[in-house]
Amino acid sequence: METIKKTKLATIWLSGCSGCHMSFLDQDELLLELAKKIQLVYSPIADIKIFPENVDVTLVEGAVANEEQLSLLKQARERTKILVSLGDCAVTGNVTALRNAWSNSDQAVLERAYIENANANQQIPTDVPKLLKKVHPLHEIVKVDYFIPGCPPAADIINYVLTELLAGRKPNMEGRSKYG
Amino acid sequence: MSVATVKLKIDDVEVEVPEGTTILKAAKDNGIDIPTLCNLEGLTSYGGCRMCLVEISGSPKLFPACTTPVSPGIEVTTNSDLLHEYRKMTVQLLLSERTHICSVCIANDHCELQSLANQLGVDHTMFERNWTREEIDLTHDFLVIDRNRCILCTRCIRVCDEIEGVHTLDLKLRGKDAQVIMDLDNKWVNSCSCTSCRKCAKVCPVGAIYIEGEPVSHTKRKDIAEFILARRNRKWRQ
Repeated sequence: METIKKTKLATIWLSGCSGCHMSFLDQDELLLELAKKIQLVYSPIADIKIFPENVDVTLVEGAVANEEQLSLLKQARERTKILVSLGDCAVTGNVTALRNAWSNSDQAVLERAYIENANANQQIPTDVPKLLKKVHPLHEIVKVDYFIPGCPPAADIINYVLTELLAGRKPNMEGRSKYG
Repeated sequence: MSVATVKLKIDDVEVEVPEGTTILKAAKDNGIDIPTLCNLEGLTSYGGCRMCLVEISGSPKLFPACTTPVSPGIEVTTNSDLLHEYRKMTVQLLLSERTHICSVCIANDHCELQSLANQLGVDHTMFERNWTREEIDLTHDFLVIDRNRCILCTRCIRVCDEIEGVHTLDLKLRGKDAQVIMDLDNKWVNSCSCTSCRKCAKVCPVGAIYIEGEPVSHTKRKDIAEFILARRNRKWRQ
């Protein structure tokens, strides 16, 4: 029996609201078609702790806002053939990057959240990854092969890009992509 | 009285238009679409956004179609790989200059900058974005200006001057620091010349000037004929 070599797909969730992943799942019955062609090797919807080697396609949702995300993105880039920015946070920084308008935002947002607006136990957590000075869209950090803007991108746009990539074609976003 | 006409070629199509017509109008009247942003029919052409740049054979320069009048025998190209690249770059520069976050903007889905980015396939910006903290003026009863979303197209200034005839709005400073101001840089509520006619909000191509509590889809107008007619028929401020 002939075995079809499945494409190794990973998805990553950085600083975003998970809306892009929801939109990914909104492909509904098309996911069944997709499942025949792909093997999901890393994802927030799969219990895999370490980003594996030799990934074919990685979709990244969210901007890069802290040190953990920075190292995960760099690792994913090294281990992936095709890396795709999924959604406005990954493509532009979007709402997560609004703090960039303040020069000391890495401290200021923590003080706002954990001191000024806290009713009890006012303290800034220390056992979580350190925030970066600025929030970055992915292509400011690593080479990105394709971009899917949208907040979130429509499920059929995600499906279009994946279908093209799986068929070995280059997706063309002209007239398809939409910010917001 | 007969009007002198000019013959020229636009995208290899022979056209004949009245003397003094702009390339943009000549193209539009002959069914050729050139993308625009600062242009609005009925207002003076400004030539500020550079979206409507075209090539004229024999010249290495690019010309804004909205301010360049036709001349006899010229051959105009409105769409080429080079122009496409320039237009994409223009949109990227506009998206990078101030804080343009479509997902939280009142004009989301009704924004001319957003729709141009979509049409042209601008799926990211190669320039690092500026994250601005320009002043938002909320002092007027119902008109709001969020200067972080302003692309300095000056449509609001031109409509205020040329149609409403009060010239409340104008620009201060230059380049990326330029700002739309009211009177001599007053808060909007303190403007003694503003008639609250709302035309600035209606012509704003993005979400910079809007009417509080009114969906932008209700507000925006792409032609100003109704303003002129309404004024003639005394329909404003009944």
